[in-house]
Amino acid sequence: MAATPVPTGAQPRQAAPLSARLAPHLTGWAFALPFVLLFLAFWALPIVASFVLSLTDFGITNLREPFGAPYAGLDNYSKLIHDELFWKSARNTAYFVVVGVPATIAVGLAVAVGLNHAALRLKGLFRVAYYLPVVTSIVAVAVIWRFLYNPDVGLINRLLDLVGISGPNWLGDPHLAMPSLIVLGVWRNFGFDAVIFLAALQAIDPALYEAARTDGATAWQVFRRITLPLLRPALLFLTVLTTIGYLQVFEEPFVMTKGGPLNSTLTVSQLIYNQGFKFFNLGYASAIAYALMLVIAVLAVVQFRLLRPET
Amino acid sequence: MTSPAIEAARQAPGVVVATEPRRRGAFARTWWLYALLVVGLLFVIGPFLWMLLSSFKPQSELVRAPPTWLPETWTLTNYDRLFTKLDFPRYFFNSVLIAGSVVLANIVFCSMVGYALAKLRFAGKNLVMLLVLATLMVPGSVTVIPLFVLMSKFDLVNSYWAVILPFAVGPFGVFLMRQFMQAIPNDLLEAARVDGARELRIFWKVVVPLSWPGMAALGIITFLASWNSFLWPLIVLTDDRMYTLPVALGTFAIGQYQADYGLLMAGAVALVLPIIVVFLLLQRQFTESVASTGLKG
Repeated sequence: MAATPVPTGAQPRQAAPLSARLAPHLTGWAFALPFVLLFLAFWALPIVASFVLSLTDFGITNLREPFGAPYAGLDNYSKLIHDELFWKSARNTAYFVVVGVPATIAVGLAVAVGLNHAALRLKGLFRVAYYLPVVTSIVAVAVIWRFLYNPDVGLINRLLDLVGISGPNWLGDPHLAMPSLIVLGVWRNFGFDAVIFLAALQAIDPALYEAARTDGATAWQVFRRITLPLLRPALLFLTVLTTIGYLQVFEEPFVMTKGGPLNSTLTVSQLIYNQGFKFFNLGYASAIAYALMLVIAVLAVVQFRLLRPET
Repeated sequence: MTSPAIEAARQAPGVVVATEPRRRGAFARTWWLYALLVVGLLFVIGPFLWMLLSSFKPQSELVRAPPTWLPETWTLTNYDRLFTKLDFPRYFFNSVLIAGSVVLANIVFCSMVGYALAKLRFAGKNLVMLLVLATLMVPGSVTVIPLFVLMSKFDLVNSYWAVILPFAVGPFGVFLMRQFMQAIPNDLLEAARVDGARELRIFWKVVVPLSWPGMAALGIITFLASWNSFLWPLIVLTDDRMYTLPVALGTFAIGQYQADYGLLMAGAVALVLPIIVVFLLLQRQFTESVASTGLKG
């Protein structure tokens, strides 16, 4: 910023117009430059480099000489299409998203509507408590929940014992492991949705409700025709954000199941990690990552089109 | 879970109209709502309580079936082992240092560029904005591989730089600060310019004091993201002296300590408790900053 040229008055006559015209640009760039450099190096460049990497057979030996990695064309992508494990992980991730996103949003909306109840006391207390899981580390809560799910000494089966049910091996059963992770996902994230929905609900003009009641609308009609349409921007925001987050689910299976049993909880992000940083197939891992990014981009665009507020 | 929503929706509009007159009557009609919310409260708080209670139980009590509710014998041995057997003070220090640096860098750099994008005119401004928006939704798992190659090339693997630099700025922070600074009245800035103040002085004396709430929100959000971040530190910090708290806990939880629940619960407390304390102190700023950024986004 020190490089900003001095004001025009101090300059010799002929130079004045040019430096006067340049000055605002230099000032602007002086403020933007540190960010732009960091951003190009650590965000923009990696996005491009990821695609380039996905066209190579980049392995651990290439880390010293990155430009010496053998070019492989679209080999990684054709390998991807025929990789049974990739499709398995894609199905698992889709399961997590398709069940987890609506569940998280529905619970968040239900809680927000409950908290928005005008007569409710202790609103602040509930809001804070429900938000607590959102701020805590996923690794920590995954460790805690693995303990809760423990078939022999875990709290969940202990509680089931009290009512005479012998609980299953939650994380050890291929059919129950993924639903168990989804429950944790909902628990960790619904508070965020509730806070966003609550803010949106509080922004709705009470006069609208009064008008609807005067016109004799039923409560369900009011919710369906007034509340829900006005929540659309919040719904769009949360759907896109939660979908992007859930498509990258990693910590929960990493800590709780290591992708098992029988790969039933192996997610795409975990496959990327395994391929890239266990086997150091960095080229192939980049191809998987790029495929994931494409899916995220396409889904975000589709959700924007479907849920965009009607204007 | 849809029925409470519908039920509550059915009640809500009516009560909006008729709150003031009868508060006691209101409770009689809403007891079921409290019941539901308290059940939800137990569901949310339960796991944290179980973590805390279990961290004070000896291993013999933890693996006993059926397990005890309250510890029969209260013990600090799990916490003691975090210090003596493992190097948790070191991991704590690493986490604090990294999160602190990331917060500071984000506040400085994102405020500067946020100001430029909101209030200054310069060639290429739209390009910078486009770049920010385009990367707003890029998933972290796409950038980790090239970043690892980059860090290996420059011998930065297992260094603090490797975890700080990639998160020193982020598209979200820029977006947030730009939104925030657009609300500053132009008249204030013009008045300062007429008085002959240089841009840097205006930034420091006018813009920064008016932007504290935005910076606080950005600080809170980046601190949380950095404190809790896992994938990238797990990849680039392979030497256990460089571990952050989540990397240490995650690695031990699937490694040699995977059945040592007392130790794991004590480790989870070390990771979660500072955040919960900070959150409870600043909860208003937390939820309000989230709500406002969410609605703008």
